Amino acid sequence: MDILRFITAGSVDDGKSTLIGRLLYDTKSILADQMEAVERASKTRGDGEIDLALLTDGLRSEREQGITIDVAYKYFQTPNRKFISIDAPGHIQYTRNMVTGASNADLAIILIDARQGVVEQTRRHSLIASLLGIPHIVVAVNKMDLVGYSEDVFLQIAQEYQKLASKLNIKDLKIIPVSALAGDNIVDKSEAMPWYTGETMLHYLENVDVLNDLNLTDARFSVQYVLRPQTEELHDYRGYAGRIQSGVFRKGDPITVLPSEQTSKIAKIEIYGAEVEEASAPQSVTLLLETDVDISRGDLISGNGNQPVLSQDVEATICWMDDRKELKVGNKYTLQHGTTRVRCSIKGIEYRIDINNYEQLEDVESLKLNDVAKVVIRTAKPLAYDSYQNNRANGAAILIDETSNVTVGACMVEA
Amino acid sequence: MSNTQNLESSSQRKNYLDQLESEAIYIMREVAGQFERPALLFSGGKDSITLVRLAQKAFAPGKIPFPLVHIDTGHNFPEAIQYRDWLANEVGAKLIVRQVEDTIKAKGLKEQTGKNATRNWLQTYTLLDTIEEFEFDACIGGARRDEEKARAKERIFSFRDEFGQWDPKRQRPELWNLFNGKISKGENVRAFPISNWTELDVWSYIEREKIPLPTIYFSHQREMILRDGNLLANADFIYKDEADVIVTKTVRFRTVGDMTCTAAVESEADTIEKVVNEIKATRISERGETRIDDQQTEAAMEDRKKGGYF
Repeated sequence: MDILRFITAGSVDDGKSTLIGRLLYDTKSILADQMEAVERASKTRGDGEIDLALLTDGLRSEREQGITIDVAYKYFQTPNRKFISIDAPGHIQYTRNMVTGASNADLAIILIDARQGVVEQTRRHSLIASLLGIPHIVVAVNKMDLVGYSEDVFLQIAQEYQKLASKLNIKDLKIIPVSALAGDNIVDKSEAMPWYTGETMLHYLENVDVLNDLNLTDARFSVQYVLRPQTEELHDYRGYAGRIQSGVFRKGDPITVLPSEQTSKIAKIEIYGAEVEEASAPQSVTLLLETDVDISRGDLISGNGNQPVLSQDVEATICWMDDRKELKVGNKYTLQHGTTRVRCSIKGIEYRIDINNYEQLEDVESLKLNDVAKVVIRTAKPLAYDSYQNNRANGAAILIDETSNVTVGACMVEA
Repeated sequence: MSNTQNLESSSQRKNYLDQLESEAIYIMREVAGQFERPALLFSGGKDSITLVRLAQKAFAPGKIPFPLVHIDTGHNFPEAIQYRDWLANEVGAKLIVRQVEDTIKAKGLKEQTGKNATRNWLQTYTLLDTIEEFEFDACIGGARRDEEKARAKERIFSFRDEFGQWDPKRQRPELWNLFNGKISKGENVRAFPISNWTELDVWSYIEREKIPLPTIYFSHQREMILRDGNLLANADFIYKDEADVIVTKTVRFRTVGDMTCTAAVESEADTIEKVVNEIKATRISERGETRIDDQQTEAAMEDRKKGGYF
């Protein structure tokens, strides 16, 4: 059994929370007392109907306003798979929380209200999903019950979405007509839509292959912590603890330490003190090297084969997340990449992306909350990075405001 | 480079417990790497016991590079305290214990009295004092997102201001596995390595790793107070009135918190295998079945967290 992490996105009231509620309900993942609590709360709000969205809206202010403000994580499993569902907010001002949820997702479900068709948030969330390199996108055309389960309505929306998708980098796209409220095509095939012969949502979620999404070609390892027990029997032990970001490491492999460019060979790979012959992403391991090299937290150990770019100049697509301050050319930030932090300065904004038609707008002076743009960054020390589109783990970086310490930017690096 | 994968490492990628373990160990190591004075908050419960095992693995063959901190309400199960002392000694970790009783006396705090009185809220004062006393900049906790709906919203690195407060509306974006632990002096981070584990994952992991647990997690005979359908362990410090019935039952505890607010379940499960089977079959959530403090209001946990609670 493996794990699938998926995010649900879409505009307000498209029924994201209801969809998760439906998946939980139909897979019998809601326990009796949780169901009673939802029934109680539904009654208090006088809705009459049981509101499955109340299962995920966990904050008082969310329940008061009936909206999702921050990402909620829910867990369920079927005999085939464990699921981590990430329910993202639909409101524009909470887009940064959607980015938070999307960054770790294997798959995105983008909901579209069948009565509304493709709207601005569909475009924005699809853009973010594509920039963040989410390998699988499922478009759920929801509320089919409210358009008389019409095949024409579905086909029209599907066509419109495919047009949009053709401008984006989407590797795997699936479009399913559903009603989260009524349960059509979520777990069971809809009897009201005999014209749809494809998979149900859950069937797809259970079977989509995510193991192949891992980059197992380029061996990268960020050093998190140097283990030096310095006890009598382990006097000379020096192990580098970290998680393999991508690729495979084997005992005896030649490696390069970056940015120092020292070379050595892997003497031993240990997993929690026990030796193994090889290990691969995303395992947490400890590497021991054959020779004494100067390595500390923040260094990258790279295997043979393709090498990362080593440079102080970084081009990246950025999602700006600060609601208090704008990003301007010349601003300085702390950049965190892997386990390393360096100071950096914004050298230029090449263009901003118009989220409605994905066109590139030039002559941009500054970026506001939720803007997406291409920027040029100069770092104080060389950074060893890969292109985000080939290597999510070693192509991602965040910007941190140096005075407030808040995370203000999500960077997808190009190489 | 050959593309043929060794069976061992590719099967590990497919195993969900290995994936969860690897993620938790990564988080532990980030805490140790990013902070100067971290601590592991240890309650004697199965979640924090799991954390200790993960910490051992994260830093093997070295010792755990931070202390275990227990905020003792004075209302703990004696079995849990005994286990705590044994475990700290067994893994060679430093153990720091601070008593809620001492905070109550020193600060003249008013305790709840009467039926269902709990020191749950007061723990926060002792916790914040302890953080100040040792200048801890990060506290590792065993909270899981599946436990409770406010916890389902919390980041893995949860930023707390100088009053220990969580602000759910202004959480830092948390992207990929790039945890931002940058803080100013006086502030701190609560880090939750097993955020993505479910109750069943924890039990399955304990079974797989053969981690010893305090005896109260397994079926045993005990003198209980039957109150409003809940079974509470009888103890001198629990206020009782005529409505309470004292009974002897065969029980186990599904969670281990304070004796004042932790209910038992009737069970014959006396081995880890049997407990795991019961958890798989249950139709009631962990906190719903066993935590009387959370049954009080819909936002009980959210309010406690905003006040500086774990």
